[in-house]
Amino acid sequence: MELFIRQLINGLNTGSIYALVAIGYTMVYGIIKLINFAHGEIMMFGAYFAFLLAFTLSFNLPFLLVIVLSMSFAAILGVLIERVAYKKLRQAPRISALITAIGMSLFLQHLAQLIFGSTPYVMKPLIDTTPVVLFNFAIPKLTLLTIGLSILFMLLLSFFVLKTKPGKAMRAVSQDKEAAILMGINVDNVISMTFAIGSALGALGGIFYAMTYSQIYPTMGVLPGLKAFIAAVFGGIGSIGGAMLGGYLIGIIETMTKAYISSKWVDVIVFGLLIVILLFKPSGILGKNTKEKV
Amino acid sequence: MLKVTNLHVHYGVIHAIKGVNFEVNEGDIVTLIGSNGAGKTTILKAISQLIDKSDGDITFLDKSLSQYKPHEVVRIGVSHVPEGRHVFPGLTVLENLEMGAYYRNDKVAIKQDLQKVFVRFPRLEERKHQVAGTLSGGEQQMLAIGRALMNHPKILLLDEPSMGLAPILVKEIFNIIQEINQSGTTILLVEQNANQALQISDKAYVLETGQITLSGLSKELLNNDKVKAAYLSA
Repeated sequence: MELFIRQLINGLNTGSIYALVAIGYTMVYGIIKLINFAHGEIMMFGAYFAFLLAFTLSFNLPFLLVIVLSMSFAAILGVLIERVAYKKLRQAPRISALITAIGMSLFLQHLAQLIFGSTPYVMKPLIDTTPVVLFNFAIPKLTLLTIGLSILFMLLLSFFVLKTKPGKAMRAVSQDKEAAILMGINVDNVISMTFAIGSALGALGGIFYAMTYSQIYPTMGVLPGLKAFIAAVFGGIGSIGGAMLGGYLIGIIETMTKAYISSKWVDVIVFGLLIVILLFKPSGILGKNTKEKV
Repeated sequence: MLKVTNLHVHYGVIHAIKGVNFEVNEGDIVTLIGSNGAGKTTILKAISQLIDKSDGDITFLDKSLSQYKPHEVVRIGVSHVPEGRHVFPGLTVLENLEMGAYYRNDKVAIKQDLQKVFVRFPRLEERKHQVAGTLSGGEQQMLAIGRALMNHPKILLLDEPSMGLAPILVKEIFNIIQEINQSGTTILLVEQNANQALQISDKAYVLETGQITLSGLSKELLNNDKVKAAYLSA
């Protein structure tokens, strides 16, 4: 039982990271029907930004400021990527945009390698790591912070999307672009905003990922990026709630596999799950069956 | 108020609109009738800047509309209710109406306009927290019109508002269009239901494969033999 609860906490930790990254995939898909394969690289750049801000400046920035600044830089990067690489392809066949996204992903990996080199940087945790004792369990502060901050940001996002005017405009654009234009909504701005938010949350996931595994390197975004993508598909691509749910489920499945089966089987099971979902419920847990309506 | 001069539109190599001229005077209901594929929707989309014209000019209140981006056209008082209604299916009725007033910031006036829409369409108030995709066709049409009115338009462009509706609802929609016009909104109505459209409109243009072949006062066209044979035969 103790092992189970310990693994559950670990699962929530990993799941928070996947959920944050999955939100970016699902939001971008929802608005321009593109799987942004460069999203894992935004996660990676977010981690590098945090590293640079925390360890290369001559003065100490507070932890929260490091996070917020890194998220902002990642947001700018995300918007730039959309404007430079994807905007022109909005009317193009989806496969062209998809190939461009894969190209963008490779470009960013090699750009990072050019700038930072391929030797991994060691990421120190940025906060003190003394465990906190909760209900007889010693839980690392980093774990609590990862879960807490992730949930906080997801609540903020939900409020934004459901209750604010720009959030409603974002949903309107994802449901019917032409009607949104007729309402006077500037669709280009809404798409940029979507990339900005998704990238910022992806960067947060990247920072937590780097702190959990204490390493930063140019291809660090590939595997968690893919798993977060699976999480988004699992939850129902296009649904923000689905991405959160899928992220936590994948995180928990992964840690439970490590604990009770074998760590060698983790990737087999997670990627096998993708195949199973696509075979039996391609719309995901919370995804709607899209019916063509005339 | 709205003037279309020598309008040409191409879809690739297809010459869809071939030099169309017409005018809508303030306070009127003007209708464009014609069969499927005549180019009625294309003309409305060209007015809203949703598609690019290849030649000609469209002016609204003596200003050329081509200087505006598609999302800016609504700000100068042109509301377009597209064919097939295009309500936001995952947004509630209330949220759909809020989107109609998207660019406005006058909260008090928006509230008043919302009340006016609810007075005109009591069904929408009953269902204001319901998701728009679950409404019936007639209710969605009312929502699409209500949403366009939230912009406080000077002119309302209506694309096939009667499409796919039961006859009793068709009558109701046409009554509503007349009421909206009587309260001061100019209307450009595109319809396949020529009979109803001619009965409520002041002026009419007949469109055939991208060209206007006939125009005049609606009551005259109702008795025109050619119109009778081609469009009113049912």
